[in-house]
Amino acid sequence: MLTASNLSLSRGDRRLFSGVSFTLESGQWLHLEGDNGVGKTSLLHLLCGLISLEEGEIRWKGQTTAKTPEIFHADLAYLGHQLALKQDLSPLENLRADAAISGRELSVKDAMAALAQMGLRSREHLPVRVLSQGQQRRTALSRLIVSTAALWILDEPFVALDAAAQNALAGVINAHLSRQGMVLLTSHQDLSLAGSGRRYKLTA
Amino acid sequence: MSAFAAVLKRDLVLALRRKNEVITSVFFFVVVAALFPLGIGPEMNTLRLVGPGILWVGALLASMLSLGRMFAADHADGSLEQMALSPHSLSVLVAAKILAHWILSGLPLVLLAPVLGLQFDLSANALWILTLSLLLGTPVLSLIGAVGAALTLGVRGGDVLLALLVLPLYVPALVFGAGAVQAEISGLGASAHLSILSAMVLVAAVFSPWASAAALRVALES
Repeated sequence: MLTASNLSLSRGDRRLFSGVSFTLESGQWLHLEGDNGVGKTSLLHLLCGLISLEEGEIRWKGQTTAKTPEIFHADLAYLGHQLALKQDLSPLENLRADAAISGRELSVKDAMAALAQMGLRSREHLPVRVLSQGQQRRTALSRLIVSTAALWILDEPFVALDAAAQNALAGVINAHLSRQGMVLLTSHQDLSLAGSGRRYKLTA
Repeated sequence: MSAFAAVLKRDLVLALRRKNEVITSVFFFVVVAALFPLGIGPEMNTLRLVGPGILWVGALLASMLSLGRMFAADHADGSLEQMALSPHSLSVLVAAKILAHWILSGLPLVLLAPVLGLQFDLSANALWILTLSLLLGTPVLSLIGAVGAALTLGVRGGDVLLALLVLPLYVPALVFGAGAVQAEISGLGASAHLSILSAMVLVAAVFSPWASAAALRVALES
């Protein structure tokens, strides 16, 4: 269970948001909404621990994340605006290197299956730089399929995807929710995900 | 440990796919070391005197050439965020990147130095000490450089700032590295210099990954 209480963030003299509190239970999703520039991405960074906390508290399974980040990070999969793909490596190599960095072994077979599920069959060995924008996003998203993390924090995961890929991604997220996983995401679209979920409107 | 190996392997594979970046700094070292004997002329005594210093300064500048790229690509494509969110300590992953940097920009210089040293009429013993001093000294350059590269990450005009920040810190390695060869030539023996260089590597290996990781976390906050 992820609990955020009374989070606030300032950038320079400007206060982006304050008093943000919510709870996310197993099998639930939270859709973070808000206008451009209101601080959605910053809030996600704050939750991940990329930005240090000024005020408030974030607890994961009852423990403060700032104190035991390695326990929290072992349960966390984060997908940001930047896809963290190496342009000169193939999707397969990217996926396996990412898995090792996040502390897991990933067999070639599992990686190939995940890439095929995201519609990248026969693209597994091409360098990422020759893939289209949408295919690069699919490569990054296939990281989620092989992830064993309980909490997914996704920043605009549906951007730049065609209808088929959006459906595939929704399927992946639903499967994660049905395994009692948690998803926290931002999106400017209306989402219809399975399981129980809430919207949280972020305002200045 | 597997994460350390994964980062190391990824950096080495990437470098092999863009060979020009590695070759540039090695070629720079070769050209600098080859130009000096041509400029100074065939005065053997002078060459023997300036040789170790020139080779060391060349190695220092060559290893600096690639410092700016150490974290820049990872920062730009978001890999650095993923590394910071790894359950493994960021210091360990940074240590792997530093090792990769040394293998790509330090080790080739160590291997080339004895060949280039011949142009300065260095004796076999002096060449051996030169190689040994570079083997101990170039890791210091990568380790100190990593802290500078992490501190200047994302700063506009960071490359010049990096040089200003890092070059003064390279001075001790340069003094004792070139000094080791001079001491060997003058018959004093190089063991004292080499011991001090070894001490520098050990101290830098302990503090640099930790300091670099802390600086990278600051860079990620902005």
